[in-house]
Amino acid sequence: MTRGQRLGLFVLFLPTLVITVVFYGLPAVVTAAMSFTDMDFRLRWNFVGFATFLRVAEDFLLPRILQNTVVYAFFTLAFFNVGLALLLALAATFVPGRVGRVVQALWILPRLTPPIVYGIIWMWILDPTRAGLLNSLLALAGVGPVDWVTRHPMAVIVVTNGIIGASFGMVVFSSAIRSIPRDYTWAALADGATWLQQVRFVTLPLIRWPLLCVTAYQTLSLLTSYEYILIVTGGGPHFATTVWSLYAYNLAFGGDFANHAFGYGAALSLVLVVLGVAASVAYWRAFRFREVAAEPKIEVM
Amino acid sequence: MGERRLGAREPGRGAGLEPRSEFELKLHDRAAGTCLGDVERERRRQKAVSVAAYAFLISVSLPLVAGYGWLILNSFSSELAHGVWPSGFTLKHWRFLVESPLPDYPDLWRTTWNTVWLASGVAVTVVAVSIPTAYALSRVKFRGRSAILALALVLNAFPGITLLIATNYVLRALGFLNSIPGVLLVKAALMTPLGIWVMKGFYDAVSWDVEMSALVDGASRIQAWYKVMLPQVMPGVAAIAVFSFIYGWSEYIYVVTFIQDGAAWTLAGYINAIVGDFRFLDYGLLSAAALFYIAPVLLLFLFAQKYLMRVTTGGTKGGG
Repeated sequence: MTRGQRLGLFVLFLPTLVITVVFYGLPAVVTAAMSFTDMDFRLRWNFVGFATFLRVAEDFLLPRILQNTVVYAFFTLAFFNVGLALLLALAATFVPGRVGRVVQALWILPRLTPPIVYGIIWMWILDPTRAGLLNSLLALAGVGPVDWVTRHPMAVIVVTNGIIGASFGMVVFSSAIRSIPRDYTWAALADGATWLQQVRFVTLPLIRWPLLCVTAYQTLSLLTSYEYILIVTGGGPHFATTVWSLYAYNLAFGGDFANHAFGYGAALSLVLVVLGVAASVAYWRAFRFREVAAEPKIEVM
Repeated sequence: MGERRLGAREPGRGAGLEPRSEFELKLHDRAAGTCLGDVERERRRQKAVSVAAYAFLISVSLPLVAGYGWLILNSFSSELAHGVWPSGFTLKHWRFLVESPLPDYPDLWRTTWNTVWLASGVAVTVVAVSIPTAYALSRVKFRGRSAILALALVLNAFPGITLLIATNYVLRALGFLNSIPGVLLVKAALMTPLGIWVMKGFYDAVSWDVEMSALVDGASRIQAWYKVMLPQVMPGVAAIAVFSFIYGWSEYIYVVTFIQDGAAWTLAGYINAIVGDFRFLDYGLLSAAALFYIAPVLLLFLFAQKYLMRVTTGGTKGGG
């Protein structure tokens, strides 16, 4: 490669390089550095060694937060991001293709909806008075209104996030199911297998990699994203729906109880950053890298 | 699903069971009878599964339809009986288009313009950054390519949201806090790995022969890219542009966290304020404002779906 070619190559990568350094590299370093300070709203770099991490160990709220995080991630994953997604994919690939595509589009819509609009729809559905969808349906059955967010906070965030999460698995599973050679299904049918047996012994074993792939990917995103929880419950009532990532956010930017605890928030985020890096490296090693790394065939520049 | 019915047990076929005597013929007929019964039963079973599939899809999708339907109906209705059934057409919920819901709100149209600017800025940035890098990754052989590819893939899976607290500091240091360009750059940065990824896929799909023949004909690599490659990857460009536009348009967390100044709000901040002030009080206003905000997304969703579907599986949003 000549000098000119090398320069040309550098130009092609320059914008990406700048963006990566400024918005990934730098913030990652700042997160790490900040977690060794007690930085607050004054934004002073006052290094305190491991004091922030001692505070993490001593925080009496953290066991609760941790429990919330595990419960939230597990149930959303099991019931929606994998469970419902799989059922939707199985049903959508069974019905005619056109119907399947409409259903798929409908389920992708929440993912593209502005989060605050999605939140407003749920505020209406969950409204504690008769004005809300659920309570007006209950009223038809003669049951008094329920304050859903206060009474069932965890269920609320599992459902609201799950409805968004299900589409990812649905799309992946549907295309995996469609790519199963027809011969297998026919062979199973010829052997007199019922639909359930087909699913159990033909479909599921053949899509185990996509299943694993979606589970791994969605676990990571459930542990790190909190936007919809922030909108629908704000982490409340009284920390009942505050997960780890939302706790870090609320410490730094949250309303009443936060003192712009950037140092402490950064320390909690650092855990997620490390987890995120490790998981994404592991994820791509396990699932995609080999198939995409084929060498290009043209060498001239 | 005609082919599924292709009979489980069609009598005798291909098994060398040609009936030889009268007696065997009878036997065979009887056997065929049972087998046909089996086919009939199989057909019924398939139908039952089909009905179950439809019933399932409809029942789980109904709440979604109800939610979006409510946005539209409620914003034009003077009253909803039982919170569900609309009655009385009205435009009063839309008065926020001409007068501010509360005096301290920024101008709606300026806010809308900010949103357009953020969304198109994100789209243009992601496209401009992804195109050259994806080209290099797909078509140029150089040392370290595999490492950069690995990095792009890791960044694609990495949850950028975890860096939010530090990004706030970085933006402040760069003087970009409280402004659209700051959020624009952060959002574009978060979407670029996906953009590179999708574009690389499109470049990879262009046949080597096409590019090679252009090179053999004396075109430079840049000419070959511009004249031969670019037209073929335009669907990919459209896909990431539409996708980034929608995510820029919809962006919530970075807008409400990084932009305090109402003059630089996008609609996300504006409607967030409406939610803060009118939640539980005025669902008419809430739904009308939400519909106003989501309308461009719905239009793109309806008319650019073939592009969108190419990217959505890569979802940068973990879907919580």
